[in-house]
Order: sequence, then C-alpha cells, then structure tokens
Amino acid sequence: MNANQNAVSIRTAAVLKARPGRWGQLWAEIKRNRASYLFLAPFLLLFTFFTIIPVLMTFGLSFTYYNILEPPKFIGLSNYKLLFVDDDIFLKAVGITLKFAFVTGPVGYIMAFLLAWLISQIPQKYRFFYTLCFYTPSITSSVAMSVVWLYLFAGDRKGLLNHYLIELGIINEPYLFLQNVNSIVPVLIIVSLWMSMGISFLAFLAGLQNVPQDLYEAGAIDGIKYRWQELIYITIPAVKPQLLFGAVMQVVASLQVFDVSMQLFGLPSPLYAGHTILAHLYDYAFIRFEMGYASAIAVVLFFLMLGLNRVIFKWLGRD
Amino acid sequence: MASWVKGRRIDWGGWFLYTGLTAFGLLMLAPLVYMASSAFKPVNELFLFPPRFFVQNPTMRNFYELLLITGTSTVPFTRFIFNSVVVSGGIVVGGVLVSACAAYPLAKHNFPFKKVFFNLIVTALMFSPMVLQIPQYLMISRSGLMNTYFALILPYIAAPVGMFLMTQFLRQLPDTLLEAARIDGASEWKVFWIVVMPMLKPAIATFSLFSFIQAWNDPYPAMVYTTHDNLKTLPLAIQTISGGAGVVARVGSLAAASFLMIIPTIAVFVITQRMVLQTMAHSGLKE
Repeated sequence: MNANQNAVSIRTAAVLKARPGRWGQLWAEIKRNRASYLFLAPFLLLFTFFTIIPVLMTFGLSFTYYNILEPPKFIGLSNYKLLFVDDDIFLKAVGITLKFAFVTGPVGYIMAFLLAWLISQIPQKYRFFYTLCFYTPSITSSVAMSVVWLYLFAGDRKGLLNHYLIELGIINEPYLFLQNVNSIVPVLIIVSLWMSMGISFLAFLAGLQNVPQDLYEAGAIDGIKYRWQELIYITIPAVKPQLLFGAVMQVVASLQVFDVSMQLFGLPSPLYAGHTILAHLYDYAFIRFEMGYASAIAVVLFFLMLGLNRVIFKWLGRD
Repeated sequence: MASWVKGRRIDWGGWFLYTGLTAFGLLMLAPLVYMASSAFKPVNELFLFPPRFFVQNPTMRNFYELLLITGTSTVPFTRFIFNSVVVSGGIVVGGVLVSACAAYPLAKHNFPFKKVFFNLIVTALMFSPMVLQIPQYLMISRSGLMNTYFALILPYIAAPVGMFLMTQFLRQLPDTLLEAARIDGASEWKVFWIVVMPMLKPAIATFSLFSFIQAWNDPYPAMVYTTHDNLKTLPLAIQTISGGAGVVARVGSLAAASFLMIIPTIAVFVITQRMVLQTMAHSGLKE
C-alpha cells in the first residue's frame, strides 16, 4: 500500500516536472518576472501598511459601535440599517452630493481640458503666466479664499453681488445667497468650479506637451484644416491616458466636496441645504464621535465612487 | 504654433481668445493678489468693510508682529521651517521614486496579478481619507513611529495618485526605446533609470508640485503624530500662533504668515512648470 502510494507520488512529481500544472506555470511566470515585483515592492509595502490595513479596519468598524474611548462593540448590520432606513438627512445628503457632482464633474472636467488645450496653443513664453493664473485657486488656502467669497456673496447691501444687482435694478432687496435654500447648491457649484483646476488640469497640460509634433504634421498632410479637427482627431486620442486619470480624479473630488461647504455655509448648513455626504461623515466622526457609523458612511461612499468609476473606465478604455 | 496675424488679415478669433483667456486668468488670480495685499495692510485697513482690494498704506508691521510672537516661544521659528522642508522634501522625493518604480512595471511589463495590483491601488483612491485617520493613527502609534520624522513622511509616500498619474503617462509613450535599450543589453534597473525616468519628467514635475503643496500646507500629521514642539511643522505652528481661522486678534500676522507660506509654493510651481515646458515631446524619439 505504502509502496504503491510512493510510486504514485513519484509519478505525479515526474509529471509535474515534465509538464508543470497551472500553479507551476504561474509560479514559473512569477519567477521569470522577479524584476517587476521588485520594482513594485516598496510601493506595495508602504501601501499595505498605511492604506490597505486601515481600509480593512474601517470596513470592520462599520459593523460596530465605536466611540474611540471604549473598545468597539459588534452590532452587525444595524449601522447600515439606520443609514438607509432612518437617517433622512443622509439620504438628503446623497441627493445633494449627486446633484452637485453631476454638474461640477462634467463641467469642471471639460473646462480643465479646454483651458489646458487653449494654453497649449499659445506661444510657450506666455503659457507660464496663464498656467499660474488658473492653478492659483487650488493652492491658496481655503481661509484666504473664503474671505473673498463671503464678501462677494454677502447677504446685505454691502455684498458685492447684491450691490451690483440692486444698482442694475434686477432685484429690489438683497438676496441671501448663503442662507437661502435655493441658492446654496448653485453657489457651492460656482465656488468649486473656480477651484477645480487642480491636478487633472496640470496632468492635461503636461500630457498635451507630450503629443508628438509629427502627428500634427501628418494630420496637416492628410487634410486637416481647422484647429478643432486637430483637437478631435489627433489631440484627444493622443492624451487618452491623461483623460482617464482626470476623469477618475474628478469623480473622486466631486463626490468628496465638503471643505467649501463648511467654509461658506457652516456646519450644519441652513436646513441642511449644503449638507454633503462628507459633511455628514465629518459630523458623525469628529463632532459626535460615532466612528462606527462614520465608517459605514465611508463604505457607502466608497461603493458609490467605485460604481461611477467603473462606468468611466468602460468609457475611456483601459489603455 | 499659433500666429497672431495670419497672412495680412488680423486673426480676430485668436484675438478674442487671448482677451477672454487673459480676463478669465486675472479673475482667477484675484484671491492671491488679495491675500498678498492683506499681508501689507495696517490694522485699520484689514477691518474695513467693504474690504479694499489693494493696500493703500503698505506696512511691514504684520511681519514684525509675526517675528515678535514667534520670538517668545521656546523653539526657534527656523526649526519649524527646517521641519517643514525636511518633511515636504522627504514626501516629494520618496513619493516620486516609489511611485515611478511602481508605475514602470504596471505600465510596461506583463506579469501575473498586474491588473489586480493596479485596480487595488486605483480603488484605494476612492476611499475617503477622513475615516482612515483613526486606523492610520493606530498603525503608527503601535509601530513605534510616533514623534519621529518617519511618522510624518512614510504614510504619505505610497500615494495612489502618483502611481496612477505616472502609469498613465508611461502608457502614452511608445515601447520602442525600451526595447532598443534592452537589445543593447541594459538591465531592467538601467532601463528604468536611463530611459524611463527622463521620459517621465513631465509626470514627475506635475506630481512633485501636487504632493509638495499638499505636504507643505497640511498641519494634520504634525498635529497628530508628534507631541514634541521641536517636531512641529510650519502650518501647525502658524495655526497655533493665529489660534485658528476665525480669530480676530491676530488677523494681520495670520495674513503675513499665509503670505510667507505661499512663497515656496510659487517657487516650486515655477521650477516644476519649467520642467514640464522644457520637455520637448519625444526628443530623441523618431520612429
């Protein structure tokens, strides 16, 4: 019996050696690509330690009641149940965030690309100045900028916008831009758009710089006359990788809007009209210290973004 | 590339474009100018309502005041500047190297689990960083990194944004040069240093600027991961001086401090954008 088994195992080993199975093949493939893994190793190591493990911990915390002081208490799905069934403010926040994202996302994205393209059309020595102009809003601190916006939208006669609207006779009395439920989301959209020329704008700009000149020459020979034809047939296909990057960043940024809302309208905003998902998260995490519930909000937000980004990857392709 | 005058006809379309672009640009630049002019405003102008855009009687008092306040603390102000430079520099240099190393195989090699790694890293972008703060704190305090520069630098080096950006840029570049180098007998490491890094220059510049600004302005890590005053960074020190955003008492010195904070940012902007503009696309790459 024993000898028989031994013989079988020897035979299988021989077979494995001669014709490696699926796992063996995979292992050989991995060994052959050692260098690739070595290149990846430092990133993956730090990434696992400081991002993946905390993310997994957050997933775990979303099933608990955790107030930071006491150890977490397992409560199953009740955070999620509360979130979707009882928390009307959360559902409202989802609505506001989506409304905001569906305007700011596409508009900010197209604006960033068009501005980057226009800048790439002007002579090189002037480009620098324009880049600085458009990029500045995203580097100035939120405090410095909220001063300007608060003055512009102030709800009395001294507010810049109200002052001019009254002078022009469009309205008779000052409009409370920052307190009126109807104007809160539009103001949020305008201010966010103004600040949205961030990393995707820079990536577009650098990517446009990377388009080989001979493509344009070839295009001119093939009969391209107008600049918009150049844009559609040459430039956009050539910068597709950057377009994908920009789109993903745009989705991430528009669904995480919060800072501007808090600076302009406060927390909570009047009648929760500027309450975004992240504002809700902040409220529970750092004001009420219900980390378990906040983690559940983060998990829901994560799946929302994941879904939207699947669509984007499908659209703009893998490569 | 573009010409103001085509033949002898004036290019009206171009003219409108430039005027519009300039006006729009100046509008976007306004808050920076406002901030700079606030730093030089005397007290009575700072509290004027409606606020005045440009300063009328410029004064250096705010800067003196800033020096005065910081002179009283036990740790010299230069120490904060040094800390900020070390931390931001570490994050930028480390982040660029680690991300570029990771991006190269993900964009140009073919190996098992490549897609899994890529998707995992990009997916991490979508997790709101706000809730990660507490688990991250636990990781750092348990690993004994508290009160070291490592605690301020290491968590920010493996940035998914950097990896994603560089991968996308590498995908745009043709493989021919890599293959030529390999045929000439270069090892993968050599290919990476001699061929890939120079080709990535625009992406490196873009990401350096982005991560520098983030690291330079963020008071959070120094606030949470250190307990000693001599490990504080500049943004945290300024926050402490001013007592937060809404405090009226030191508005002048806060404006001066914000002005000083933004100067290095502009300098890095100038350097990196020059790097981007100078890379002539595919120089030395003729197919």
